[in-house]
Amino acid sequence: MSKIIVQGKAQGMILKTTSPINFLGAVDKKSGVIRDKKYDIYEKSIKDTILVFPHGIGSSVGAYTIYSLKSHKSAPLAMICQKADLTVASGCALANIPMIVVSNEEFNSLRDGNQITIDTSTEKIFN
Amino acid sequence: MELTPEEKAALNGEHGETLQTAYRILVATGEATNAERLVPIKWAHLSGVNYNTIGDSGEEFLKELSKDARVKVKATVNPMGIDFDHISKFSHIDDEFIQKQASIRDSYIRMGVEPTFSCTPYDIFDLPEKNTQVSFAESNAAIFANSLGGLKTNKESAFSALASAITGKSPYSDLRKDDITTPMTIRMKMDNPSELDFGMLGFFAGKVGDTSVNISGVSKPNRRSCKALCGGMGTSGTCAKFQFVDDEDEKSEKVDFGKEEMNEVFDELNTAEKGDLITLGSPQLGLEELSDLSKMIKGRSFKKRCMIFCSRSVQNQARNLDYTNEIERAGGEILSDCCTCLTPLIDTSETDSVTTNSIKGAYYLKNSTGVDVNLKPLSKIIEDETK
Repeated sequence: MSKIIVQGKAQGMILKTTSPINFLGAVDKKSGVIRDKKYDIYEKSIKDTILVFPHGIGSSVGAYTIYSLKSHKSAPLAMICQKADLTVASGCALANIPMIVVSNEEFNSLRDGNQITIDTSTEKIFN
Repeated sequence: MELTPEEKAALNGEHGETLQTAYRILVATGEATNAERLVPIKWAHLSGVNYNTIGDSGEEFLKELSKDARVKVKATVNPMGIDFDHISKFSHIDDEFIQKQASIRDSYIRMGVEPTFSCTPYDIFDLPEKNTQVSFAESNAAIFANSLGGLKTNKESAFSALASAITGKSPYSDLRKDDITTPMTIRMKMDNPSELDFGMLGFFAGKVGDTSVNISGVSKPNRRSCKALCGGMGTSGTCAKFQFVDDEDEKSEKVDFGKEEMNEVFDELNTAEKGDLITLGSPQLGLEELSDLSKMIKGRSFKKRCMIFCSRSVQNQARNLDYTNEIERAGGEILSDCCTCLTPLIDTSETDSVTTNSIKGAYYLKNSTGVDVNLKPLSKIIEDETK
């Protein structure tokens, strides 16, 4: 069962990581490039992707990083998580980035590099 | 989540854009935590004050928001990046930083917050009565409030706490409820733990625990150790509450924190054998800690630069009680409104490594400031680094 946290539509390519993301420490707040070597998506940019990751971790100020990415036009088009956390949920709400929480099964079925269309207003969210 | 007609109207923009934005944040965080409704809160503690972390877009957002947003409940704020009273001593801080940091400070003040600029609001104010709902974004303060203050808060984000400050409400979910399940007990196996050991225990517990953990094998830690535990725990994970237990709950999963687990945390965060300078405070020191320090340092002097962070309010009290004389005579530099974590006051062109007793400080020094860290308990710092 998917749960819509922030409504919206998006279409793009999936960038998937199995590591929880610390937005304050790991993501460059202007470019959207992952700066922390510990991530399997190190040096990739989350800009204009459908970002699929387990959940957010770390500082509460990470919400400002998400807002900063949006202001610099470097934000993901949408975020899909396994578990919702307050930092990502509130950052996406303020930045108007669609955010959806999915089941473990759905999470596992989302493949890095695949094209996906999201529309939270329709019954079938993913296409 | 069920909203009252009044809340729905605000969400639909009938009370202006600011409240609409605030309610949009509360609805998203409410959905994220499966809340059924919003509840009133009495106090919000906000993060997102340091220009170093929120950047230009954060500064502009707050400037715009503060044109009409006003806090509806008591609101306190986290540290800034710098201490304006001592900024002339730090020539590497450029004018742009100072000007943007001043703008952020002024925006918060315009919104009506109390200008505490502290990560330790529990050291500045008497806490409200037990079970009061609050909304704390600073993780060590949220953990302290839940675990030692008897208050109720989730580990809020910068925006969820800001939305709560403006509306006076938070989603009723997770740690705000009365029926919290705590499925894990961490068994402390170290004897006579220092505050550094408590910080490492917290860091470990934050990694393995979910929302709330039990801790056994600990007897009445002092306030410095309690704050170190809260700081460490808030840094590593999503856990926002602990409780000390005597008898281990049969049903909970048991995880030991012994020599091996402690060494693992130590090796992750300790990357230098010595520091170019010393920092004390993250969390910022309280009055009792400054009093202790003034006694420990009596007749001795720091061999290298030592930056001591405490809130402005605690510094003023310490001055009145003369605790600061002995510390400053020994060469300690007392700084307020900022903290070890994420301050640009540490000049990385001159500093390769920092000695500290703070696990939270160590994590941010290493991962954000980009310097190596030498970890030592305060007693060892006094022994090794003073004469």
